[in-house]
Order: sequence, then C-alpha cells, then structure tokens
Amino acid sequence: MGMLSRKVTCNSHGQDSSYFLGWQEYENNPYDEVKNPQGIIQMGLAENQLSFDLLESWLAKNPDAASFRREGQSIFKELALFQDYHGLPVFKKALVDFMAEIRGNKVTFDPNHIVLTAGATSANETLMFCLAEQGDAFLLPTPYYPGFDRDLKWRTGVETVPIQCTSSNRFQITASALEEAYQQAQRKNLRVKGVLVTNPSNPLGTTMTRNELDLLVNFITDKEIHLISDEIYSGTVFNSPAFVSVMEVLKDRKLEKSEVWERVHTVYSLSKDLGLPGFRVGAIYSNDPIVVAAATKMSSFGLVSSQTQYLLSAMLSDKKFTKEYMSKNHKRLQKQQSKLVAGLEKADIGCLESNAGLFCWVDMRHLLRSDTFEAEMELWKRIVYDVKLNISPGSSCHCSEPGWFRVCFANMSEDTLKLAMQRLKSFVGSITVNDQSHQELKNSRRKFRTKWVFRLSFLSFHDREQDER
Amino acid sequence: MEFTRNSRQLLSKIATNDRHGENSPYFDGWKAYDSNPFHPTHNPHGVIQMGLAENQLCFDLIEKWILENPDASICTAEGIDKFKDIAIFQDYHGLKEFREGVAKFMRRVGGNRVKFDLNRIVMSGGATGANETVMFCLADPGDAFLVPSPYYAGFARDLRWRTRLDIVPVDCRSSNNFRITRAALEEAYEKARRSNINVKGVIIANPSNPLGTVLDKETMRSLVSFINDKNIHLVCDEIYAATVFSSPRFISIAEIIQDMDCNRDLIHIVYSLSKDMGFPGLRVGIVYSFNDDVMNCARKMSSFGLVSSQTQFFLASMLNDEEFVGNFLRESSKRLAKRHHVFTKGLERVGISSLKSNAGLFFWMDMRPLLKEQTVEAEIELWRVIINKVKLNVSPGSSFQCSEPGWFRVCFANMDDETVRVALERIRQFVLQGKEKDDVSDKSKHWKKQNLRLSFSSVRLYDESLMTPRMISPHSPIPHSPLVRART
Repeated sequence: MGMLSRKVTCNSHGQDSSYFLGWQEYENNPYDEVKNPQGIIQMGLAENQLSFDLLESWLAKNPDAASFRREGQSIFKELALFQDYHGLPVFKKALVDFMAEIRGNKVTFDPNHIVLTAGATSANETLMFCLAEQGDAFLLPTPYYPGFDRDLKWRTGVETVPIQCTSSNRFQITASALEEAYQQAQRKNLRVKGVLVTNPSNPLGTTMTRNELDLLVNFITDKEIHLISDEIYSGTVFNSPAFVSVMEVLKDRKLEKSEVWERVHTVYSLSKDLGLPGFRVGAIYSNDPIVVAAATKMSSFGLVSSQTQYLLSAMLSDKKFTKEYMSKNHKRLQKQQSKLVAGLEKADIGCLESNAGLFCWVDMRHLLRSDTFEAEMELWKRIVYDVKLNISPGSSCHCSEPGWFRVCFANMSEDTLKLAMQRLKSFVGSITVNDQSHQELKNSRRKFRTKWVFRLSFLSFHDREQDER
Repeated sequence: MEFTRNSRQLLSKIATNDRHGENSPYFDGWKAYDSNPFHPTHNPHGVIQMGLAENQLCFDLIEKWILENPDASICTAEGIDKFKDIAIFQDYHGLKEFREGVAKFMRRVGGNRVKFDLNRIVMSGGATGANETVMFCLADPGDAFLVPSPYYAGFARDLRWRTRLDIVPVDCRSSNNFRITRAALEEAYEKARRSNINVKGVIIANPSNPLGTVLDKETMRSLVSFINDKNIHLVCDEIYAATVFSSPRFISIAEIIQDMDCNRDLIHIVYSLSKDMGFPGLRVGIVYSFNDDVMNCARKMSSFGLVSSQTQFFLASMLNDEEFVGNFLRESSKRLAKRHHVFTKGLERVGISSLKSNAGLFFWMDMRPLLKEQTVEAEIELWRVIINKVKLNVSPGSSFQCSEPGWFRVCFANMDDETVRVALERIRQFVLQGKEKDDVSDKSKHWKKQNLRLSFSSVRLYDESLMTPRMISPHSPIPHSPLVRART
C-alpha cells in the first residue's frame, strides 16, 4: 500500500514536459536589458504585457476601487467577509457584459449562468469534474495548450484523445479527424463525453472558422456529447476574421431551445485579455442549470478573492474604459505580432498566418536534421541554450508534425523582440554556413515552404471573404 | 425541474450526487436566515445569524492599518509602481514576502515555540481548498480518514466529494468533555478494517470546531503515537489557532513533534486567515506539510486555487508589520473573551450550560434538558423551533455528526453588541416559556420514558433545571452538572 496517493507519484501533472523545462532554464538565466543582456529571452510565456499603462492610468483615476472604498466609504469589512460562492453580483454582471462586448454584442450572457473560478485552470478542471469521470474521455484538437494534460486529467481521472490536425489545411478541424478520434477512444474502451476546443487557438493564434464551429456543433449533436469552448483568448483578436464564438453559431442556427444548447459550455478568464494572470479570475458559462449548480458548489475550492472581484467589477463596469482598452490593446498586439512575423521572415522562417493570441505558430521544419521529434528536440535545445530564446516545441503541444514552435511576442518590449529576432537570424545564418548538406536540404525545403506559405496566405484570404459578411 | 434520463447520464456522478453535503440541516438554517435576516431597525424580528463562524470583532483595527499603509495596495498612487509585476505574478510558489508573513504569523500564533519554514508554505483556495488538496495527495478513491466527532460539517464536502474518499467518525462523548481517546481511535480504526476500509489517516481540527476547545499535550502526543504505530497520516486543521482567548494555550502539532520520536512524513498542517483575521473573502488557505513529496505535489495542485497576487501583496505588507500583528492578536483575544463571557454567562442565568471552551468563534451549547427525548429527531424538532419561533440560526449537533443529541453550536463573533442583547433576550424568553409549558404537563411520565443512555448526573440536571430555573443564578453553577466540573 502506497503511503501517498497515486496522484503524487504519477506524472499526469505534466510538469516534466519540455514546456516547463524551458521555463526552468529561463529562470536560471533570465534576460535583462541591463543586468543580463546575454540571458535567455522568455518567448514561451503567453502573457499580455503590452497594455499595463492603460490599466494603471484607470486606477489612478479611480482611487475608490483601488482602496476598498465605495463612494468614499470603507467597505473593507464587507469585502473581507464576502465568501458567497455565487460571486459578487456586480462583478458577474460586469464580466458578462464584457464578454458580450468582446463578441460584438452578438450574444448576451445571463449572470446567473456564470460561475467564478480561480483562473481558467480551475474552470477547466471543474468542468471535467462535472461532466466526466474515470473511464471517460474528452477529444482535443492538436496542437493544444500543454497545461490541459494537468488541468483536465490529473485529479479528475478523465482521459484525453487527440483530434489530429495537420498543416495541410492550416490545422483546421475536419469531420474525418473528429470521427477518427471518436473511434480511437472507443478502441481504448473510453466513453467519449465531449470535445474541448480553444478558440482562438493556443498555440495556433487563429480564430476558428464558422465552418469548423458548424462541424463541431453537428458532431456533438450527433454523438449527444458536450462541447467546451475555452475562449480565454477571445479578447486578443487583433485582425480579421472577427471572432465567432460557439454561442453565436448556436444562436444563428436557432438552437437555443434544442437539446444541444445545454451541452455547450464556455470557459473564460481575464489572464490573457487584460493581462492579469496573477489575479486568478476565471469563469465557466454553462447553459445547463445542473452544471451551473454543481460547478458553483465546486468553486468553493477556488473562489476569486473578493478584493479582486471588487476592483475588477469597477474596472469592467466602466464601459468607456473597456472600449478604449480593447481598441488600443488590439492595435498594440497587431503591431507586435507583425514585428515578430517580419523578424522571422528576415531569418527565412515562416509561420502560420494568425489573427489572435499572444504568440505565433512558427514553422522551423526546414531547420530540422530529419523529419522527427528527436530532431525537433535537438533544434529546440539549441535554440534555448545557444540562441538563448525560450520557445515552446510543438511536441509539448502534442502536434502531430515535428518542426513547429510556439513563439510568444506580447510579453516583451519592442527592443527585446528585435534582439530576439537578431539572435535567431544569426543562428539560422550560422547553420547555413556550417552545414553544406544541410544547406541543400534547406534550399529544397525553402522552395517547398515558400510555396506553402503562399498557399497559406491564399487560403486565409478566402476564409476572410467568407467570414466578413 | 424535469430532466431526461439521457441528460442526467451525460453529467458525472460527482455533479449529480449528494456528497457536496449541502442538503444537510447546516445549510437549511442559512436558507432560513437568508430569506428573513435580522436587522436592528429594518427587520428587528428577523432571524439572527448564529450559525456562521465569522470573526467580525476587529475590523476597525484592520481598516485603520489600511488607511495608514496605502502602499500595501498595488492600486493606490503609493503602490501602483508594483501593479504590473504583481498582476502578472502567477508563480505557484507564491510571493516570498507573503510566505514570510504567513510563516511569522503562524510562529507567533504558536506561542513562538516553533519556527515555520517559509519554503514549506503552499497556497490553496482557502482551508476548503487546502483540506481537499491534502486529501488528493494522501489518499485514493475508496480510502478513508478517521475524523473525531463532532466535526465541521463542511468536511463532508471538502474531504469526500471530488476526492471520493470516506469519513470514519471517531466517537467523542460529553462524559469526558468530548476528548479524543486512544481507545476511541483504536475502535474506529478496527471497525473500519473489519469492513475492509483502507484508513489512510486521521484529520483533526485544533482548536476544535464546533467545540471551541484546544487539545492538550497528552491527547496530541497520544494522537501522534497512534498514527505512528499504524503508519498513517495526521492532518491538523489549525484554522482557529489565533482565536484562543484564554488558557490553556494553543499548541501546534509542529511543537509536539519537536519533542517526539515521530515519522515527520506523516504530519501535515492546514491553515487559513479566514477565522483568525476575519478574512474569509480573501481566500487564503495554506498547506504546510513536513513531507517533501506532499509539499511538492500540493504546490503543483495549488494551480487550481492560488491566492490572488493582489491579495498576497496586501497581506505580505500587513503580516510583516510585526507591531500591528502583535497588537491585533492581543486585542482580538480580548474581544473574543469578552463576547464569549457575555454569552455563556447570559445563558447560564437561564439554566443553559455549555461546554467549557477557550477558543473558536462559537461555543457548544447544551440543550439536552430541553429535548422531548434524547433522539436526533427531537433535536431537529427543537432546532426548528429555535429557527422558526425564537428566530436564531444555531447549528444542531447532528449536522456535526455528534453522537449525542441535544448539543448546538452557537456563533458569537459575527454580530454587534446590540444583536447579542437581542439574541440573549430571545433565548431567555424561550426558556422561560418552555418552563411554563412543562409545569402544566405531567413531568413524571416524561422522565420514565427517558432514554437509559443518560447518566445519573444528567437526569438530576434535567430535573433541577426544569423544575427550578429561577434558582440558578450567575454565581452558583448547577452542582451536579458534569460540564461545570470539567477543568480543561
């Protein structure tokens, strides 16, 4: 008999994966413009650090929210005692309004259907506890956020089965991939309870097309299973096509009274859009009142600090501010992303065309020694230790094709980004000089890649036409 | 609400079972209060909330400190230069200064007899999250923990619900002031083993909720020795540690194991600022384990319930202000002692005694004399009368799995002095009216039907209190009450 639980000794927390090891390397040798200019630049952290000045200026103008006061009166006691797991009503209202605003007010949310949780990490785990158990599985399109291995499976006992997506069609979800994943789960004797997607996608940085959303809704209707849409990046869409949420699709297809309506659940958080991961603000939105009730009780294990709820309720209720913030934030994200893309291009590196998120999905297949994950790891190690950039290898995101990397851009200044790109360019150049055969391989790959990158742009152009009604 | 069989099956068992425990009477009282809450002017006949263990006595001190320390907030002009760094800080190790502050606080509360290592401090979503996390680390679905009764009603959810563990209660009785005896532990352990239940450990609350008492050294040493012998874990929920307002002092398990031969890998502490400081809304839970594997695992699990960095920063500032903390703890003790005294003495005057206690935000009231019969049904019946007629939300002992009917937990630190007066007056009226009614009925028949479980001294007690309540004064305790004889 083990002294501790199996959870302690297994590694389903996933923290031995390269995703986290890269972080550790960075911790040991972090770049600092002044103190450590040779250090590792952190490009593996999907944080939005571009718009703090906007938040700070709001705080300066709103001292009451900042210091436990309402209309000049101290409400500290009220906040310190407030532990109602239904959440601060004024905060929930402000949050659902903000979520609606992000969706162009094409959908509205009922504050009574929202459950506050300690970050999206807790929201996703809680939904698993509500919807599934040991012996069940959720289908996830690859590549996906490495943290899902921990959040969805570790303490819940639920399994995940990948829906394989490939570069041949921009990693979009297809009907056959969905079906194949479903069959695979059955072969493993797992009962499929639902599909979980991240829209906009992490790590791809793309918004889901309406076609994919329709496919998903049809699939879950047919199989009578759940759909969880993790929309944590919904506020980071900086380019067209505009964000289309699954709720909007359901509404457009007039499915509000249908059975499938209650099987669709949305996850949200303020960690990416507002850049406040430290505050631990997550939310579950479900159309099923039983799920809302169960998740509400479970939120006891990870409520949002009342101090934080109060501060953010004031901030998000200021509609003038949120509008201005979203607009400026998007512009800054777009600018920074273009700089990354341009910098990569100078190094002869392409990436998936993206319109959202805090990162790009970068194609380094042509730099691999061979078309294998071992070669990907080899390349990654060189980039972390020699080039001194912490980026995330595609294998940590369960990508089915070696050679892809997620590179974050929103957590650094323009100068740091510039430096990172310079380092990358030198590195690529040095590979070229040192390895003739590699050069030949690279040349042939480059031709292929150029054609392919062109194809990508071509494809996305068409998508754009469809989505912009 | 109607749901198709299909849709129910699509949710997990956890989502649809009852193991969250919220259908217990503990929450019914809350609901009664929520629909008719007392207010001195707006609703003077409403239900007074005495079922909520909150510490509301010292907010003036905190508010003064906040005004004097604007840089403790990352949002004020004085603190805004820290805003960005704190807003992005999501490291599950937690802010160093926050952990330092918590370690210092725990040390002080433990009487400065033991030092806590700030690197062992792991965050969680309140003690609720901490207890669940520790269970996830120590046990697998189907395993069980021994829990001395009466115990906090929330344990049913925190220890069992999503972890899928079981609770095996360890019976404690009023005959020895609800002490946890080695014999009771052994009995519960053996009973579990005979039923093929895999016991992974013991979890205790010290100071106790709902008793309001602290564990003495002998009991604690006996506990440590028990779990060592059986090679099972000991989890000590010390959430009420700083609510001790009179002797004997609080002794942390950390202090006990300093002087004992014990496998430290079996010892774990759960802590929180919700009771000691009165900050339940800030969700500050702490797991402090002496076992490295558990500590590391709990830290990874803390991702599911980190303390908001805004809150960590604020508390780091406050808890590292040692002068303030010292002053706060002294003043808090004083106010708790006074409030406890007012209540327990006030009740004694009308013949209601309670377990002698020196900690917590509540006391354990003995209403056995008022029960029609010594059964849980009679207790619930009495409880409903107290809620609906006397309009006080107190918590019945059965909601704490107490094996003896007739005990009620009464919270006293969550109201102002005026409300205390109203509550006492209502109880007084209720007891006096009850006495008048009983005078009319045939008492001798009533006593013959008494449950034979009653000890001789208890029967005498009931006789005396019901026949002659007016003889009981504040200064002369009921001579035969075993409770008053108790010395702990």
